[in-house]
Amino acid sequence: MTDTRVTTAVPTASVSAPLLSARKVRKSFGGVEVLKGISLEVAAGQVMCLLGPSGSGKSTFLRCINHLERIDGGRISVDGELIGYAARHGRIFEMNRREVAKQRGGIGMVFQRFNLFPHMTALENITAAPIGVRGLAKPAALARGRELLDRVGLADLAQSYPAQLSGGQQQRVAIARALAMDPKLLLFDEPTSALDPELVGDVLDVMRALAADGMTMVVVTHEIGFARGAADEVVFMDGGVVVESGPPASVLDHPQNPRTKAFLDSVM
Amino acid sequence: MARDPDDIDAVPLRHPWRWVIAVLLLLAFAGVAVSLWQNDNVNHPTINEFIFDRRILDGVVLTLVLTVVSMVVSTVLAVLLAVMRLSNNPVMNALSWLYVWAFRGTPLLIQIVFWGYLGLLYAQITLGIPFTDFSLFSVDTNTLIPAFVAGLLALTLNQAAYSAEIVRAGMLSVDEGQYEAAYSVGMSPTFTLFKVVLPQAMRVIIPPMGNETISMLKNTSLLSVIAVLEVYTVATQISSQNLRQVELLVVVSCWYLFLTSVLSIPQYYLERHYGRGNARTLPPTPLGRVWAVLRPTPRPTTPRADAP
Repeated sequence: MTDTRVTTAVPTASVSAPLLSARKVRKSFGGVEVLKGISLEVAAGQVMCLLGPSGSGKSTFLRCINHLERIDGGRISVDGELIGYAARHGRIFEMNRREVAKQRGGIGMVFQRFNLFPHMTALENITAAPIGVRGLAKPAALARGRELLDRVGLADLAQSYPAQLSGGQQQRVAIARALAMDPKLLLFDEPTSALDPELVGDVLDVMRALAADGMTMVVVTHEIGFARGAADEVVFMDGGVVVESGPPASVLDHPQNPRTKAFLDSVM
Repeated sequence: MARDPDDIDAVPLRHPWRWVIAVLLLLAFAGVAVSLWQNDNVNHPTINEFIFDRRILDGVVLTLVLTVVSMVVSTVLAVLLAVMRLSNNPVMNALSWLYVWAFRGTPLLIQIVFWGYLGLLYAQITLGIPFTDFSLFSVDTNTLIPAFVAGLLALTLNQAAYSAEIVRAGMLSVDEGQYEAAYSVGMSPTFTLFKVVLPQAMRVIIPPMGNETISMLKNTSLLSVIAVLEVYTVATQISSQNLRQVELLVVVSCWYLFLTSVLSIPQYYLERHYGRGNARTLPPTPLGRVWAVLRPTPRPTTPRADAP
């Protein structure tokens, strides 16, 4: 049933092409299909918010975008490049680990549980990949790291270890860490769900500033207020399919589908 | 401090039995110590004579070299075995399991004797391509593997099996999210292993490895069966001439106690190093404590960086 081969037609990057394009993405875990053909597009500079009840497949879809999960069917491409596959001599090959790692470097991800490296300071967390993966010179990486910390409002905590930071501060370091690789696309997996309510605002402020600067973002969130204010498009998922999508004003205020309506009633 | 009339002014609880038990235990300890010290069968001048004897000192050095080299090499092997065991390749997985099964399942003493007698199994050691006549070189086994090398091999290969399980436990203790975070910033699996996973695993690995190092130090004495001249072998050789067995056992015991004490110092500093970022503020080092007593200055308290 699941056809993992892809056809040789590779979409080519052009000015009009969307930065992220997903077509009929399918993914199963142990015989249970959690993504049943997700198709969506995000243009460069746009912010898309994914809403939906838990178990609807939002996080799984997000993890497929940077190949933390391998998709079983369909295709995902970012900036014209297929995720997990490379075209050579007119054929499509599955990428090896090195190629996958390189591709992931261009897609930043922010996790619900922050996942900072606990044995590194805030600054080391940010500079580890630029120095170790991109081969950036240390002074340049440190300068850029400090600049990023300043951008997320934590300039004076460069030498702190994650355990010495509050949840909100840790998440902002995690955002700076993702930005350090100059990603084309930033993925957020429920970035404020693990935070104390009074710390959510700082993280959302940083995300709003990124959106205003033109960063392309896909955000899985339960923060309806953020989706309303910052998103260009809101997608409501349930049961592994896209139920409804559109501008926030229409999806959030005038939902057409009863499932969307029920979900929004329960969270607002 | 000013007393408040509401504060209770009570007689503290007394613990008479603690005193009785402490005195009894101290008496018993003193009795044993005195009886050992005054035992006429122990010749104290002999102990003094041999404790810094040239041969004993050479044996101590060899014991230390055997311990350090076998621990270092076995740890490298252990990381390799643990990575193989956790890999998705079923052949690597099975081979790693087989290795641990074989080397942990047979007594160390037998392994030592086995490596000592390797010449009986293979008279010549040849490096070439299996199942062909091609060979790069060929040497006499007893030339390539003298007793010292055989002993080192036995200790190292046996220890690698134990350490592999310790390293594996350490790697399993690292949260799955760490791999995901490392991969998401473009780190390769190898880079992730060395920069993200192992440094965190070390916190779990070091305490049992300290234990293993001390075990190893004492296990080197088993090499006396293949006549490696470590400190215990030397002591038995001396006592077989002067018949002062007990005195020489006291001499080597003193050296083992001294060496185990010395070996726990690097463990303390390694634990501190790899514990960074885990304890919010690390306790001062012993040297730091001495310094603080000599120059009592109020420690600046690091405020928890909570305030936005």
